[in-house]
Amino acid sequence: MTLRILRPGILMTVQDEGRHGYQHVGLCPGGAMDPVALALANALVGNDVDEAALELTILGPDLEFGVDTLIAVCGAEFEANIPLNRPVWVQAGKLVHIGRVTRGARAYLAVAGGLPIEPVLGSRSTYLPGRFGGHEGRTLRRGDAIPLAANVAALSRERFEKLKGKNGRSVRWWAPPLTAPDREPILVHVIEGEHYGRFDGVAQRAFLDTIWSIAADSNRMGFRLGGAPLARPTDESEILSAPTCLGTVQVPANGQPIVLMADHQTTGGYPRIAEIAWADVPRLAQLAPGGKVHFARCSLDIAAQLRKAMRERLEAALHGIAWEYGN
Amino acid sequence: MLDLEVNAFVQRLAAAVHARGEPWIRDVVPALGGLALHFDPGFDGVISDVAAELIERCLKDGLPDAENVGREVEVPVCYDRVFAPDLEEVAAKTGLSPEDVAARHAKGEYRVLMMGFAPGHAYMGGLDAKLALSRRATPRAVVPMGSVAIANEQTVVYPYAIAGGWNIIGRTPLVLFDAKRDQPSLFAAGDRVRFRAISGAEFEGFGR
Repeated sequence: MTLRILRPGILMTVQDEGRHGYQHVGLCPGGAMDPVALALANALVGNDVDEAALELTILGPDLEFGVDTLIAVCGAEFEANIPLNRPVWVQAGKLVHIGRVTRGARAYLAVAGGLPIEPVLGSRSTYLPGRFGGHEGRTLRRGDAIPLAANVAALSRERFEKLKGKNGRSVRWWAPPLTAPDREPILVHVIEGEHYGRFDGVAQRAFLDTIWSIAADSNRMGFRLGGAPLARPTDESEILSAPTCLGTVQVPANGQPIVLMADHQTTGGYPRIAEIAWADVPRLAQLAPGGKVHFARCSLDIAAQLRKAMRERLEAALHGIAWEYGN
Repeated sequence: MLDLEVNAFVQRLAAAVHARGEPWIRDVVPALGGLALHFDPGFDGVISDVAAELIERCLKDGLPDAENVGREVEVPVCYDRVFAPDLEEVAAKTGLSPEDVAARHAKGEYRVLMMGFAPGHAYMGGLDAKLALSRRATPRAVVPMGSVAIANEQTVVYPYAIAGGWNIIGRTPLVLFDAKRDQPSLFAAGDRVRFRAISGAEFEGFGR
């Protein structure tokens, strides 16, 4: 019982919700760049929200399933021969073609029953720098056969039968895309970083006034922001290497900010000008190179409210999907 | 400035926080002079207040002694030239013989000040002052796995073949980070580390 990769697309990896509890030994949590889209994709096929799925980036794959399988692709919009953001019944041997992205950057392809790959340190996420997790610790290639749950055919049939509003091999409804950008630049909230006050007023304003562009050499470790370089902090006293986290914005010597993403380093010695609100990181992850973002400063309280609001939107969408399954 | 007392205090505090096993804290990360608590994003509550209360409680109940944070770790190192591309240069810059550089490095008593840069990568303090050098002007694109290097009055061991700019003076046959082990990392913050010089034959004997 496998799914076979006929054409791999770009940077396709297995990701789940990440491996937590190892940052103290230098290992980042990793996991899906857009965990909101991952959760929706899993819910659409009736899985727990944190099951492993395929993370598609910019250019999708061609796939073939060995058995009839219930799948869903959710997140960015791609050209595809199946409907997106909804459960789809795929027959054994039928080509699933996913082409170029048309809005956003990343989508998750979830299958009923998940991907029963052996977890490493409690997660099935692929950690590319360490070459472990996921499928052999690497991006997927042509010819790879990814295991499916032993009971995937029965599970898919049982779940598809439960679904309301069926329309042929899919359904008439779809999940709301909560993170795909509707227009650019997207607005992303930040709180002041530890060294915000070390930058002069011109650099502080420039950071918030600039419409930044995601640079081509951005990846799962970090997004480099293109724009006029920021002046270095005026206070030259030593900055000690300190813990970083998902969404930390560092400014290295060249003045081009770097946003730390899922596979970030766990400590860093560059001045940290800002920290992105957790709620807005999945939306930022949906920008492809060339995508535009600007930042709005907010308080820790506002960031907490945004986090709660994002969780509530996700919960509402998950309840909606559960209702379609008759739950 | 790096303050070793603050550094040790941060590690003791991290151990105390970690021991409480609060379910809504995913990671407790001590660094050179600060401590990060990574919360579960599902946690409902005012994070800054909750974190402050937690730290206060830990301080009130008492922190573990520095000797009880971290373990003793011995790391075999081969200082042969084949593994030590920068040994001659370090010797020239410090006015020591290459053998003396290796001997002084192996004699040191080190403490892991911070983990970071890559999984299993430890920054260790305690380097002989005579060996204090800055980093290389041009970092290497790839440093072989297990390379033992010095710079900034510290020593490190590269856990993977990765880019790096420190002065390489030896190599260990040990695997520093293995995701398949229960304890994936050989090092953790607070560990007391000793290097033991080994021959090329002993190095090969580890069969890595």
